[in-house]
Amino acid sequence: MTLPTTLDEAVAALTAMPAAVPVAGGTDLMAAVNSGQLRPAALVGLGKISEIRGWQYLDGHALLGAGLTHARMGRPDFAALIPALAAAARAAGPPHIRNAGTLGGNIASAAPTGDALPVLAALEATLIVAGTGGARREVPVSHLLAGMDVLRPGELIGYVRVPLLHAPQVFLKATGRTGPGRAVASVALVLDPARRGVRCAVGAIAPMPLRPLDAEQWVAQLIDWDNNRAIVPEALSAFGEYVAAACIPDAAPGEDGTVPPLPPAVLHLRRTVAALARRALGRALS
Amino acid sequence: MSNEAATVQTAEAAPEEEAAPRGLGVSLPAADARAKTEGTFPYAADLWAEGLLWAAVLRSPHPHARITSIDTTHAREMPGVRAVVTHEDVPGTPVPGRGKADRPVFASEIVRHHGEPLAAVAADHPDTARMAAAAVIVEYEVLDPVTDPEQAFEAEPLHPDGNLIRHIPLRHGDAEAVGEVVVEGLYRIGRQDPAPIGAEAGLAVPRPDGGVELYLASTDPHGDRDTAAAAFGLQQDQVKIVVTGVPGATADREDQSFQLPLGLLALKTGCPVKLAATREESFLGHTHRHPTLLRYRHHADAEGKLVKVEAQILLDAGAYAGTSSDALAAAVAFACGPYVVPNAFIEGWAVRTNNPPSGHVRGEGAMQVCAAYEAQMDKLAKKLGLDPAEVRLRNVMATGDVLPTGQTVTCPAPVAELLEAVRDFPLPPLPKDTPEDEWLLPGGPEGAGEPAAVRRGVGYGLGMVHMLGAEGADEVSTATVRVQNGVATVLCAAVETGQGFSTLARQIVQETLGIDEVHVVPVDTDQPPAGAGCRGRHTWVSGGAVERAAKMVRTQLLQPLAHKFGMSTELLQITDGKITSYDGVLSTTVTEAMDGKELWATAQCRPHPTEPLDDAGQGDAFVGISFCAIRAVVDVDIELGSVRVVELAVAQDVGRVLNPAQLAARIEAGVTQGLGAALTENLRTPRGLIRHPDLTGYALPTALDAPDIRIVKLVEERDVVAPFGAKAVSAVPVVTSPAAIASAVRAATGRPVNRLPIRPQAAVVTGN
Repeated sequence: MTLPTTLDEAVAALTAMPAAVPVAGGTDLMAAVNSGQLRPAALVGLGKISEIRGWQYLDGHALLGAGLTHARMGRPDFAALIPALAAAARAAGPPHIRNAGTLGGNIASAAPTGDALPVLAALEATLIVAGTGGARREVPVSHLLAGMDVLRPGELIGYVRVPLLHAPQVFLKATGRTGPGRAVASVALVLDPARRGVRCAVGAIAPMPLRPLDAEQWVAQLIDWDNNRAIVPEALSAFGEYVAAACIPDAAPGEDGTVPPLPPAVLHLRRTVAALARRALGRALS
Repeated sequence: MSNEAATVQTAEAAPEEEAAPRGLGVSLPAADARAKTEGTFPYAADLWAEGLLWAAVLRSPHPHARITSIDTTHAREMPGVRAVVTHEDVPGTPVPGRGKADRPVFASEIVRHHGEPLAAVAADHPDTARMAAAAVIVEYEVLDPVTDPEQAFEAEPLHPDGNLIRHIPLRHGDAEAVGEVVVEGLYRIGRQDPAPIGAEAGLAVPRPDGGVELYLASTDPHGDRDTAAAAFGLQQDQVKIVVTGVPGATADREDQSFQLPLGLLALKTGCPVKLAATREESFLGHTHRHPTLLRYRHHADAEGKLVKVEAQILLDAGAYAGTSSDALAAAVAFACGPYVVPNAFIEGWAVRTNNPPSGHVRGEGAMQVCAAYEAQMDKLAKKLGLDPAEVRLRNVMATGDVLPTGQTVTCPAPVAELLEAVRDFPLPPLPKDTPEDEWLLPGGPEGAGEPAAVRRGVGYGLGMVHMLGAEGADEVSTATVRVQNGVATVLCAAVETGQGFSTLARQIVQETLGIDEVHVVPVDTDQPPAGAGCRGRHTWVSGGAVERAAKMVRTQLLQPLAHKFGMSTELLQITDGKITSYDGVLSTTVTEAMDGKELWATAQCRPHPTEPLDDAGQGDAFVGISFCAIRAVVDVDIELGSVRVVELAVAQDVGRVLNPAQLAARIEAGVTQGLGAALTENLRTPRGLIRHPDLTGYALPTALDAPDIRIVKLVEERDVVAPFGAKAVSAVPVVTSPAAIASAVRAATGRPVNRLPIRPQAAVVTGN
């Protein structure tokens, strides 16, 4: 176990020991270690790297350190900046998990139920990845999650660049219980008033967050951006249905052209997504 | 989970005061509350011994397979490995199970469930032991598992004893009777896991005489000792079980699938051997609540009075019989609930499958049928256009009524009083005066809940459960009380599982002898047996034995004085360490009267005998029955199907309150365990394989899930045959609360809700 104090030291340590595994909050990693699924030859602890535990402003963007804990992101000052990410961080589990788990860890684990992921997808966040010799490269979060661009040996997620939109954002998740639980489905929705856009991502129902792009563009035209972002109530329900149908499509038609009905559990999931998307847009525009 | 809550509660409820409360009826705090709260209380997982080895158990990855070979060569050759045992190394009987003995120590030819032990390893490091267990090569011929209990009747026998574990065709009254109103339903109850807060752990220490001592959190030390001695081929006095602290027990602990391998390894290596199960092993090892399929048909007249109940009850016992026969008896006997039913025809079966074994979890049998008969009462109310509480009130039983088993209920049965108490209790206010963003909606704080989609529902559950073993089980407990130097000591093999027995024993001795300082000695099997810590046994049987022993000591103490002053011992009283006579003539202290002597007395308590149910399910099978009424108030998000239980109002028939704080904690714990079964707890086993054996996948209620629990009324109508007139309190809230919650969800959504736990799909109201 090594404990570097800068990002570059950490990258150097990982490069020197290719079998080492980086660990930040350890909320996913240590569970795998304790259950015997993972036996890392060495660990590189990221907890002492102070440069990635805060955030800074850069050209209308926020540069979030990958070591930000969920507890930190949940606080009111952060919520004023990126409300949806703060809401996702507060919903991410019980307090002891939120105190340890980090933003970068959530991305690196890339679990379908990672609560920060649909928010980052909706925000179209960009990762700043640190490589050997102080190299930095930018990777859109969706490229990483889709596996189009993966972390190379020795690379670490250093920062997450998120646009500051100065508009309402909503994160909603359905868990099936009142206490903290893993998402059955989640929806992140952000408004981009400068570009008159709505961006939405649905989490937990697929290996990576899904973006219903057609539904976003369609609903953005229906919003009266100059008049308190007014919208007819019917459009909210229609948006919900549109998002749900885009993310959970009907089964392929059979040979005779009839569409087989979805299984009840899938149908319920689709209804859940529709309700979440409708509520999210309603709250963002209210 | 429950006993931790209980001890914390009592510790807070009774701050240290100058005049410490004592005797019966006060909230005496548990003696170990502080140590448990501060984490200094030693559990089995904390034990250590010189030269300790670590054990690991190899468990079957298949639910059903024929074993073609087991090769332990590689495991034995691994450095650090000291012993590997399989079925060939069991010196005693290979099938020493409790209840119906059909469960082998290690599988030899066939594995019958996922997680069945095949071999065990002792090594000098826990990781070495685990790796060596994984290095045992087992060749399987994988067989099709029988996982649907309905298929078990037709399937090839999974065990030499066959697939039908028990069948009770209860027939009571007139089969031809019909009612004007008929309601039918099919209900499914899921598999609840006891999920104790502390996973299984134990230490086995070999003895020089060839015997072995097992340090375990056993709740039935003598039963476990007999099983272990049979498996080890030893005399019973060569096996000693020392009970360590019990880290949570709402079911039987400890499970034989690890305690027997542990003892075998200690005997084989001659070294102490320890095992602390992981959470996954814990889920794979211990038994669960019986998944149950129930089909009901209720006949009633136009006024809603029940005429006849027909039911078919199918319990999935899993791979081994265990205590399933008892669970089935309870399910069949209580299939109609605490209602007067003149004609009942109940068929019950417990069948063997390749699912994980089911066993004792509090309220087994009674909880599953309660969910079903209360659903039927709701259906009846709906069909008749009656209020659900009213239709229940028209049918409730009272003392003197007859159960479908033909047994007359002789104990207090204040069911109507309980129901009226919860019905008339004010409903919780709607949060309309608080800001909307502070409302705790279904889905949790800052969740997806939206007030416009939330519907509130109110529902009722009436439950009943028997106390003590049924059907002729010999219930007996022995206790010894010793007094010396003004300090009393209680020796009784009743295990403190968190139910509060040791606190109760102290209160009983304080009450009888007027001595403040009372100690309860740790339990081992050198003491005479007291029975398993379940079904309210210890409050009744062991509490009764402690009281008798204390009274005998009292007589020994007072007899010389009474004789000297020419009065009977009843005219003398002991308070605050002083002995006084009724007329005030005599006044002396206990210490003086003792005169340096040491007083001992041992007594037994054995309640009146019961009889097995006959071929028609008839017989006086139960010693006593306790009742409970719960009104549930739930909020349901009818679009997402998320449910939040807002409040549970509980009224319970307790006989007599012996310790108010402890009693409240037991009810709260029981109600919350029932809430888990109603909403989230279901150990899923697709094709016989346990999925998600961890506390992320298996969702126990958290503080946010737990509702406000209002104990509205405790009916103190003494049960004359029970010591102190007190009834056991832990099981009946578990039995009743799932039914009440389902009833409230039904009221909120109008959906039938015929499956527990309630899935979100079942609580959604769709437009069409």
